[in-house]
Amino acid sequence: MATPSSTRSTVGTGSLFALGSASGGAIAGGMCSARQEAVAVGMQTAMRNIDSVITAYRCHGWTYLMGVNMLGVLAELTGRGSGCSRGKGGSMHLYARNFYGGNGIVGAQVPLGVGVAFAHKYRGDGGVCFALYGDGAANQGQLFEVYNMAKLWDLPCVFVCENNGYGMGTSVDRSSASTDYYSRGDYVPGLWVDGMDALATREATRFAIDYCTSGKGPLLMEMETYRYSGHSMSDPGTSYRTREEVQEVRQTRDPITSFKEKIINQELVTPDQLKEIDARIRKEVDEATKLSKTDPEIGVEELSADIYCNNLEDSIRGTHPGAPLKHIQVAVRN
Amino acid sequence: MSSAIRKNCFLISKLFKNVNNCSKRLSSHFIYFPDNEKPVDGETSKMNMMQAINNAMDITLKNDPTAVVFGEDVAFGGVFRCALGLQEKYGKDRVFNTPLCEQGIAGFGIGLATAGATAIAEIQFADYIFPAFDQLVNEAAKARYRSGGQFDCGALTVRTPCSAVGHGGLYHSQSPEAFFAHVPGLKVVVPRGPIAAKGLLLSCIRERDPCIFLEPKILYRSAAEEVPLEDYTLPLGEAQLLKEGDAATLIGWGTQVHVLLEVAQMAEEELGIKCDVIDLQSILPWDEDTVCNSVKKTGRCLISHEAPLTSGFGAELAATIQEECFLHLEAPIARVTGWDAPFPHVFEPFYLPDKWRCYHTLAELVKY
Ligand SMILES: Cc1ncc(C[n+]2csc(CCOP(=O)(O)OP(=O)(O)O)c2C)c(N)n1
Ligand SMILES: [Mg+2]
Repeated sequence: MATPSSTRSTVGTGSLFALGSASGGAIAGGMCSARQEAVAVGMQTAMRNIDSVITAYRCHGWTYLMGVNMLGVLAELTGRGSGCSRGKGGSMHLYARNFYGGNGIVGAQVPLGVGVAFAHKYRGDGGVCFALYGDGAANQGQLFEVYNMAKLWDLPCVFVCENNGYGMGTSVDRSSASTDYYSRGDYVPGLWVDGMDALATREATRFAIDYCTSGKGPLLMEMETYRYSGHSMSDPGTSYRTREEVQEVRQTRDPITSFKEKIINQELVTPDQLKEIDARIRKEVDEATKLSKTDPEIGVEELSADIYCNNLEDSIRGTHPGAPLKHIQVAVRN
Repeated sequence: MSSAIRKNCFLISKLFKNVNNCSKRLSSHFIYFPDNEKPVDGETSKMNMMQAINNAMDITLKNDPTAVVFGEDVAFGGVFRCALGLQEKYGKDRVFNTPLCEQGIAGFGIGLATAGATAIAEIQFADYIFPAFDQLVNEAAKARYRSGGQFDCGALTVRTPCSAVGHGGLYHSQSPEAFFAHVPGLKVVVPRGPIAAKGLLLSCIRERDPCIFLEPKILYRSAAEEVPLEDYTLPLGEAQLLKEGDAATLIGWGTQVHVLLEVAQMAEEELGIKCDVIDLQSILPWDEDTVCNSVKKTGRCLISHEAPLTSGFGAELAATIQEECFLHLEAPIARVTGWDAPFPHVFEPFYLPDKWRCYHTLAELVKY
C-alpha cells in the first residue's frame, strides 16, 4: 500500500487499520503526523532529562525523539520483535523512557498525564509532565475532570492541545463551541503557540517548564498545526476539505520549509549541508525500513505473555484443543 | 541548538517514508454464506451490509419525523459510510456530527429519546463504547424501572461496529456483547448479514426499549445479498435455525455464524454428519426455546464467539442449556472462543476461534 500523500512526507503514514502480512503480523500503519513534527521536535529540544510525555496515537515521532531508534519505531509499526513494544502494541502504542506512550483511546491519556505529574510532584524530582491531545480529544469529558484535579493540586502538568484543524473528518468549527483551545482550561492559564514553528514550540515549552517548576500549577498550550494527509490510510483526507486548503498550508506554513529557509538565510547551514543530512537520513530510514520488514515476529507463545504480572493460574484460559496457553513473562520486571 | 532541531526535523520527516510499501494481509478467516430466504416478498436489490443498514435508517428517517441520526463523522456517512447520503437527503438538523465524546453522545441520546424522539446514535467503534458504558448501563437501562414506568428512553438505538476485521489490533476488534448482556433493561442484537441487519435494525429502532446494535464490521462490505426494498422487521429475541441436522447444535452470532456454517459443511463432507446451525441474533434476550429444542434433539452443543472465554456470552448459554437439556446431553457443552487475552495486534489468526478450531472441537464432541 503506497503512502497516500506526497513523497516528502512524514512522521508516519498509514491506515487506521494496519495492514498485515500473510504470516499474521500487522505491517506498517497508523496515524501520520505529517507536518506536525515541529510540535514534538521543538518541545523535546526544550525538555530536560527528568520531564515526561504522554500523547495519543500520533506517537511515532515522539518515540524516536525520546530515544528509541528507527528500527524500534518502524518494527513496531510492522509488528515485529524489534519493535519497541515487541510488536504487540502496533502503530498506536509506542513507549520509551519517560514516554508513557502512544495511546489509542482518544482522550484517555490526559488523565494519565495528570497522574504522572502528581508523581513528579510527590517525588519532588522537579519534572514536568506534558500531556498531549488533539482538538477532537479536547471535547472528551475526562479532560475537564483533570483540568480541575491538576489545578486543585497545583500539579506540574502541561496540557498540550495539538490543534491540527480536524478530528478525523470533522473540522474544529463543527466540533467545538470554542476553538480557542488555549482558553478551555478555564482556571488553567493557556498559551497559544504556532505549532508550525519549531522555535516557537521550543520557546513555549521552555516557558512552560519554568512556570510549572516554580510551583504555579498546570498550564495549557494550544499548538496550532495542520494535518496534511488524511486521518489514516483509509482516509484520503479530501472529502471534508479542499485540496486548495492543504496546498495553501504547504506553501505558507510548512514547518520544515520555513525552518530550512530560516537557517539558510541566517547562514547557519548551507544548502549542500542540508542535502547531505537529507541523504544520510534517507539511507538510514531505508535501511531501518528494510529491517523492519524482515525482522522476525515474536513467537506465538507471546499471545499469552504479560497479561498479568502474577498470573495466578500459570496458563491462560481458552479453548485451543488440548493445549492451554502458558502465561509467560517477557517484560523485564523492575 | 538549532542544529539539534534541524537534525530531528529531517530525521522525523524521513523516518516513515517507505514503511507503507507493505504486503496485503491474509484474506479473511471465514467464507460468507449469503441468505437466500427473503423475509418478505417484493422487489429486492443487491446490497452489502453497510447499504442495508443505510437503507434501514433511510426508511426510518423518511417515515418517522422525530428520527435523528448522530455520531462522530456521521454527517459524511461515518467511518464505515453507513449513513452515507442521509444528511443530504434529510438535512443537517436530522443527521449530524457530534463532537468526539462518547459519554456525551450516549447521554444526549438518552435524553433525546426520553423526550420523545427516535434517537439513532453511532459509536464509531464498539471499542469506544466504554466511555459511554456508564450512561448506557446506569441511565439507559434503568430509566424505566427506576421511574416506575413513567419515563424511558426506549426510542434509543446505539449502533456500533464490532468484532475482528483481520488487522484491527487491540482497539478495532473487540466484541463487547457480553458486557451489555449483563444489563437488565437493555436489548442486545448482532446481525450476520445484510438481510438480517436491515430487519433487526428496524426492529431495534422501533422497539420501546434501548437497544445496542453491534455490527460485525468485516461484513459491511464483504457480505452482499438480495435485500427486500420494502420496510420489514425481524423479531427480537428470536434465533434462526439456518441449517438442520441431528449430530450436534452449533451456536454463534455475527461473523462467527459463517464460520460455523462452514464447519457444518466440513463435518458433512469429512465426518458424514449433519448439524443444526443456529444464529442467535438476539443476545439479550436470547431465544431459549430454539436453542434448547435443538440441543434436546441433537444431544450435543458447540458454542462459539470471538470474545474471550471467561464470562463470554457462551457461558450463559451453556449454563442454561445444561439446566434445561441435562438428560438429553451426550457430551459436555463445548465452547470455542477467543483467548482470555487482550485482542492481539499480532497473532489475530491464532486468537480467533477459526473453522479449524471449531471443526476439531466438533469432531471430539461427536466422538465423546
Ligand atoms: C474514545 C475514542 N473514540 C473514538 C476514537 C476514534 N478516533 C481515533 S482518532 C479520532 C479523531 C481524533 O481527533 P483529534 O483529537 O483532533 O486528533 P488528531 O487525529 O487530529 O491528531 C477518532 C474519532 C478513538 N480512538 N477513541
Ligand atoms: Mg485534530
